[in-house]
Amino acid sequence: MSERGARLIKGATGEWEIVIGMEVHAQVLSNAKLFSGAATTFGAEPNSQVSFVDAAMPGMLPVINRKCVEQAIRTGLGLKATINHRSVFDRKNYFYPDLPAGYQISQYKQPIVGAGEVTIDLPNGESRRVGIERLHLEQDAGKSLHDQHPDYSYVDLNRAGVALMEIVTKPHMRGSEEAAAFLRKLRAIVRYLGTCDGNMDEGSMRADVNVSVCRIGGYDKFRETGELKHLGIRCEIKNVNSMRFIAQAVEYEARRQVDILESGGTIAQETRLFDARAGETRSMRSKEEAHDYRYFPDPDLLPLEIDQAWIDEIARSLPELPDEKKARLMAAGLSAYDAAVLVAEKETADYFEAMVAEGVEAKAAANWLNNEYFGRLNKAGLTVTTGPVTPAQHAAILEMVASNIISGKIAKDVLDIVWQEGGDPRAHVEARGLRQVTDTSAIEAAVDAVIAANPDKVEEAKKKPKLAAWFVGQVMKETRGKANPQAVNAIVNDRLGIADGG
Amino acid sequence: MSVDKATVRRIAKLARIALPEERVEPMMGELNGILGWIEQLQEVNVEGVEPMTSVVAQELRMRDDVVTTGGDAAAIVANAPRSEDNFFVVPKVLE
Amino acid sequence: MSEPTEFTLAEARDAVRAKKISSADLTKAFLSAVESARALNAFVTETPERALDMAKESDARIARDEARPLEGLPLAIKDLFCTKGVRTTAGSHILGNFVPPYESTVTQNLWDAGAVMLGKTNMDEFAMGSSNETSHFKPVINPWRARNSNQNLVPGGSSGGSAAAVSGSLCLAATGTDTGGSIRQPAAVAGIVGMKPTYGRCSRWGIVAFASSLDQAGPMTRTVRDAAILLRHMASVDEKDSTSVDLPVPDYEATLGSGVKGLRIGIPTEYRIDGAPPEIDALWAKGAEWLKAQGAEIIEVSLPHTKYALPAYYIVAPAEASSNLARYDGVRYGHRAAGTQDLTELYEKSRAEGFGPEVRRRILIGTYVLSAGYYDAYYLRAQKIRTLIKRDFEQAFEACDVLLTPATPGPAFALGEKSNNPISMYLNDVFTVTVNLAGLPAISVPAGLTANGLPLGLQIIGKAFDEATVLRAGRSIEVAANFSAKPQKWWTA
Ligand SMILES: [Mg+2]
Ligand SMILES: [Zn+2]
Repeated sequence: MSERGARLIKGATGEWEIVIGMEVHAQVLSNAKLFSGAATTFGAEPNSQVSFVDAAMPGMLPVINRKCVEQAIRTGLGLKATINHRSVFDRKNYFYPDLPAGYQISQYKQPIVGAGEVTIDLPNGESRRVGIERLHLEQDAGKSLHDQHPDYSYVDLNRAGVALMEIVTKPHMRGSEEAAAFLRKLRAIVRYLGTCDGNMDEGSMRADVNVSVCRIGGYDKFRETGELKHLGIRCEIKNVNSMRFIAQAVEYEARRQVDILESGGTIAQETRLFDARAGETRSMRSKEEAHDYRYFPDPDLLPLEIDQAWIDEIARSLPELPDEKKARLMAAGLSAYDAAVLVAEKETADYFEAMVAEGVEAKAAANWLNNEYFGRLNKAGLTVTTGPVTPAQHAAILEMVASNIISGKIAKDVLDIVWQEGGDPRAHVEARGLRQVTDTSAIEAAVDAVIAANPDKVEEAKKKPKLAAWFVGQVMKETRGKANPQAVNAIVNDRLGIADGG
Repeated sequence: MSVDKATVRRIAKLARIALPEERVEPMMGELNGILGWIEQLQEVNVEGVEPMTSVVAQELRMRDDVVTTGGDAAAIVANAPRSEDNFFVVPKVLE
Repeated sequence: MSEPTEFTLAEARDAVRAKKISSADLTKAFLSAVESARALNAFVTETPERALDMAKESDARIARDEARPLEGLPLAIKDLFCTKGVRTTAGSHILGNFVPPYESTVTQNLWDAGAVMLGKTNMDEFAMGSSNETSHFKPVINPWRARNSNQNLVPGGSSGGSAAAVSGSLCLAATGTDTGGSIRQPAAVAGIVGMKPTYGRCSRWGIVAFASSLDQAGPMTRTVRDAAILLRHMASVDEKDSTSVDLPVPDYEATLGSGVKGLRIGIPTEYRIDGAPPEIDALWAKGAEWLKAQGAEIIEVSLPHTKYALPAYYIVAPAEASSNLARYDGVRYGHRAAGTQDLTELYEKSRAEGFGPEVRRRILIGTYVLSAGYYDAYYLRAQKIRTLIKRDFEQAFEACDVLLTPATPGPAFALGEKSNNPISMYLNDVFTVTVNLAGLPAISVPAGLTANGLPLGLQIIGKAFDEATVLRAGRSIEVAANFSAKPQKWWTA
């Protein structure tokens, strides 16, 4: 599907554009919770990572974790966003069993991070910028288990109070591909920054998707004027927790809205739930009805004041982010495609950088990984972190190629051996006698033997110089691939009387 | 400003406090008595005045990112009216 | 030597340290006083065994010459302070049999200083009240009665149990908390000293929250010296309370006797209110004369927004309370209504059954003023008025060092007298509430009796974190007033 096709929906009365904004909840990587000293690790025994503060015992008070603030600032800088020197924590009041205090500490009117942007890379090679509206810090809720008992729900507060960054985009995405590309890029950025592990299966990253549709041209008018009135009424789809679901949810929801509008109806601004099993969105209006969050500044906390010196210090410690890394790799001679593949996942980029650190030239490392290793990993259902070969092993193989110890062809065999058996590639080469034969007299003898055994082919080759390759192949076979191919080539040409490079 | 019976019912619902129908009208009277008295605040000129956000002028202290508590689920659920296997137990929440 | 139960905290400290009396004997004397004073209903929970254990440990320390500042001194603790292993109720049914697995910072400070806990004192439910009549555990009776009357009077509130315990000689001193006057108002009507320190001086960690931006713990004692001693050991910066302030806690007792010579005493014009009993104004004038006679300068000052303090308070406090009290939902601790079918019903019934009428009313008011469409008109406006009130004080303090005002608009009143009219009840805090809104320190000192023999107090208000001067001025009032009246011990009869 072309990019244009992805964001247009054909209705009975004409075409519609899809407009998407996202709210992503990213769990802050920290040892302790946002306002308590309880641990944040995933999968612990029920209520074993809960402090009296998290359980909202009487008289308990929040004290903010400096690391969580730092992580929010770091993420803000990674999103090229304004860091607000003063922000305020508010209470969002509502009753739910996994919200022990009856309020969530969040940031409402004055978030820690203001406007920024993310550049997304589309499958067709284009890039687009998605505006970030804000990022704020807030507490996660606990977990209610509904399937343990027919009449009761079970509440575990281990997650209650874990720090989240809520990242809100502007409605700048125009189709499910862009939405997925945004989430992928955001995930890469926070993982590069080390501010969130991006693990969607464990709920470390959760996305709510705001979808609206408008007539063609509405979006452009919105971008020109900044006026939301040019866009349609949006619905917020909760619980879209995988890249795959985003596409399904957006496509379903946009089609639903177009159908309503075309039959003369109006869209109700509401929260909808994505039902992954049915592949559809459902209204949550019944739950929304009574909501009136009664936000007010949390009197247990003071405004969060951040001085520029701290921001500068964090900025200095920022790692190279995917966009910059990609640009650097392209400057080093990599193709845009190869560079994009290498930077997309932090582990892949780190793996590649480790090879370069072992002395492999960037382009050679990129070619080797893209052409040889990633394919093997894919086939085996593995990743760079779970695959059997280390960057140092790759580097040793490529070093042997570069110094003519083995040929490129043997290198692939060596990779297979290392994949199967592990160990030092150099030792494998020695043990199996895979060293390239560079001794000219040995190669000459082999060439002469082949020529002597095939007088008719010699005559033919003198007329058709292309047949020289056949002789080279025979010699390589005789030497079990160990002869240096360039040397074989030169000697064959010489004996057949063919000009070099012919 | 004063509240009507529907508002009283809505507030009680928001606050999760059961209010029997026969208590709605008396409660409306009590709340309106207080709200009527509070009404005098409307005469104060607050233009350009910042709301008080912290009583004491000081910086927000921050804790270090170290795990200092937890590991005692039994203490967390010790006062619970109903618990099982260290979970809090509530009537089924319908999604 | 007088009866041990009539000791001041300072006298008891000196006697125990000099081994003139053991902590165990002192503690036993108070335990028996507590036992014989159940008619006052000052305690919700008595902890005699714990008291005797603590006293025994104190005596052992004294024997080893390792006495700490409050070693072996029996205190009563308002039941708003969480005490590890001892039921803590906040005067409410909704906390049920809640037993905290932790100790509040203030009480921990006291135990670390060697003090002994006699028990937990009764109070208005969640500290919402000015007469102790909203307690789930029945009202407290004021030890004081009007001359020739046997009518029961309220001890003020919300720290009414603590006030009655100190006034009735059931403890050497007690802790209280003050959100709108809840230490000073009961202190005044029970004839004792009560002090609310600057917001942030004492940690709020482990104190059941009523209104977070107003709550502050403080001492309730027989003398100003005792308040100075107790406050020093209650106060501390606390890394667990973001609003506690990192300032050294001075030795207040050391500067107590410096007098008021050269001090400028502000008399706020706006505290003269219509309809206040003439005795209040007369006592106030007398207080000014006493200080003047000791060398202070008396200055008229203006606090123009005073009349808006009480209504602003009745927005801010219920708003914060409506949120602070959302945690009482019958899920993790406390009362859970029986036989509920679904979660909403569980919440609604547990909270309706668990909270008393005053608390329910304030939660509803607080919910309303924060709700969509009303936030700006009520809560935001009230917080702006707080800024104006604070500014009033800052301006006044450019001209003076402390302020002198009445503590209450009248003496103790009869049970039931005001409980049907919330606003008339709220007006008890008219002189005290401004101080909470501005976060300032203030003390109430017993200064005289009404014509029919009931105590009245005067209030000294100081600059933020200047408790030392407040105590000095309070001590000067105390010296001049020479208040020595005591309630008749009618309850032991
Ligand atoms: Mg949101
Ligand atoms: Zn959120």
